[in-house]
Amino acid sequence: MRRLTIKDLPEEEYYMPGNILCAGCGESLAMRLALKVLGKNTIVITVPGCASASLMMGACAVPLLVGPFAGGGALAAGVEAALAAKGRLEGVNVVAFIGDGGTADIGFQSLSSMVERGHDVLYICLDNEAYMNTGGQRSGTTPRGAATTTTPVGAALRGKPQHRKNMPLIMADHGAPYVATASIGFPLDYVEKVMKASRMRGPKYIQVLCPCPVGWGFRESDTVKLARLAVDAKVWPLYEVEYGVLKVTYEPRKPKPLKEYIAPQRRFNHFTEEDIKELEKLIEEEWRLLKLREKLTAEKA
Amino acid sequence: MRGMRRSMFIDGNTAAAYGVKLCKPDVICAYPITPQTPIVEHLAEFVARGELKAKYIPIEGEHSAMMATAAASATGVRVFTATSSQGLSYMQEGLFFASGYRLPIVMAVVNRSMGAPWTILAGHDDAIAQRDTGWIQVYCTRGQEILDMIIQAYRVAEDRRVMLPIMVCFEGFVVSHCYENVEVPGQEEVDDFLPPYDPPYKLDVDDPLIITTFAEADWWLGFKKLHDEAMEEAKKVIEEVDEEYAKRFGRRYGGLLGTYRCDDAKVVLITMGSLAITSRLIVDRFREQGVRLGLINLRVFRPFPRERLLKELEGVEAVCIVERNCSPGGYGGAVFNELRSTLYSSGLRPLILDYITGMGGRDVTPRELEEMVAHAVKSWREGRVEREVTWVFGRRKV
Repeated sequence: MRRLTIKDLPEEEYYMPGNILCAGCGESLAMRLALKVLGKNTIVITVPGCASASLMMGACAVPLLVGPFAGGGALAAGVEAALAAKGRLEGVNVVAFIGDGGTADIGFQSLSSMVERGHDVLYICLDNEAYMNTGGQRSGTTPRGAATTTTPVGAALRGKPQHRKNMPLIMADHGAPYVATASIGFPLDYVEKVMKASRMRGPKYIQVLCPCPVGWGFRESDTVKLARLAVDAKVWPLYEVEYGVLKVTYEPRKPKPLKEYIAPQRRFNHFTEEDIKELEKLIEEEWRLLKLREKLTAEKA
Repeated sequence: MRGMRRSMFIDGNTAAAYGVKLCKPDVICAYPITPQTPIVEHLAEFVARGELKAKYIPIEGEHSAMMATAAASATGVRVFTATSSQGLSYMQEGLFFASGYRLPIVMAVVNRSMGAPWTILAGHDDAIAQRDTGWIQVYCTRGQEILDMIIQAYRVAEDRRVMLPIMVCFEGFVVSHCYENVEVPGQEEVDDFLPPYDPPYKLDVDDPLIITTFAEADWWLGFKKLHDEAMEEAKKVIEEVDEEYAKRFGRRYGGLLGTYRCDDAKVVLITMGSLAITSRLIVDRFREQGVRLGLINLRVFRPFPRERLLKELEGVEAVCIVERNCSPGGYGGAVFNELRSTLYSSGLRPLILDYITGMGGRDVTPRELEEMVAHAVKSWREGRVEREVTWVFGRRKV
């Protein structure tokens, strides 16, 4: 099969330009790419966050439902059930664009139960690793050591003490037929995963890394560069879990040093060599378990 | 014989479930909570048996229950949910969204007092606490009325002049678990009365729209004004629907208010929910003693029936309110305050006495009701009110 190229993506746009999101926003790229391949027959659900701010103020060219922060999974479930009840679900994508706060924290309960009940929904978590819409507070997916406005750096605290919650694997362990991680720095890997998910029935979960120039503290022109570095420095593994079988979809042959990813970001300004080493250890352990799971589940396949 | 009416000996929750079944909702989504649980279970059973073709979402909590129900309604289908007390307050954020989305959701609220301290028993404080969420609130007295009101509620909510969600409220245990003979209408006559839901707007890939946008300051209050106007319209629609229902099914409830022997009344007792049934007995007893007592059963609390109340209270010299809600630090219950506010701009100046009781499941006996009314009648005869607000609890006498 011929590999997808960027030229293969449809010209049609359903995420409209000129919206209110910041210059260099990673989330806007994630929504634009996903809607390009999902197309017209899509209903979008969103809850408060940067995504919803842009979508509800005109960026969304497909039907959109905007609800309260904790309701993402439930809203998606309701739309899906209504379509199914009327026999209108066939050929329609019910898609949630929800940030890491609405996914991993306040909305975790409704997401968890939506997946557990098996609704036919594609849930895309736009992960910028903090509550960026309210100005950059820590979230369940903020990496260890990152400075946020609620885990600032001072004499008594050196950024967020805890490491990020492993949302994709938590979702995989719910038994979702399809779970994947993605990065907007690898657009083809991302859209292939979106397309694959849209062809499957049941709950699908994709967590796409969306660097945030404002919250992470880097130049607006470097969003894609950071999204690539995150993968190349192995901070953000790209993989998918299909019916329980885990497969790493891209592994850098010559990983970049973690320092290269850390250095351009203000949220890691306070990092010493020791901090980098500590984060490195966490990442290595994540990868070790990932590879182990890949090996174990491959036997099943 | 699916078109036939039948009489069933069932409790209030079962009556609610049969009412819902007759309305053929497409999506049912609710979370169980005492004393509402049997409604959810009956509906699950109807769906499991294939008697009700609905998608049933057994959701994980009430916040999600309201959001999934609202989302399904926004997708253009008929929906139902039910809850009680803690669950109702847990979904409060969603209540504002559901009404702000302008969706015709019907929800049974089995009234139970709010913790703490813990209780699972009756009280209207749960629903009264949600009065500003923009929902229509109807309070039922018994099982037959619950069934009839659920059917009527869809007609009211889905009326293009209204497009608002409705809570069909009834007290936990004393109504929800009380058995009586209920006439269950035939499916065909309900189908005639309640046509399939035809949404004026919905999430549809062939006709995209955004529900809901960010309202700039100039717009936000305008949306609320429209919401308020729809509530005013609902007053008319509720009465029209009550009238039509009476013609077709033979039961008339009075729309916004139910009245009993009010025509020449000098003293009027006002209650909500099941207390109205006992109160009729009390009215008869006082009438026998020559006291011109009448009863107003306040069926609808939102929209508040100002006009109807003023009309009924013309010539009335004293009002005795018995209510199952309170506002600590406020002065008197919700009905007391709303009624006094309504009277202020009118020429009417009846004496008003408020009795707060019946919460946390506290029984309100005929004897106690009689004592409260006697206390009010005494004030009326003396032409002055010594104590406007009285809490009746424990073994305390009025």
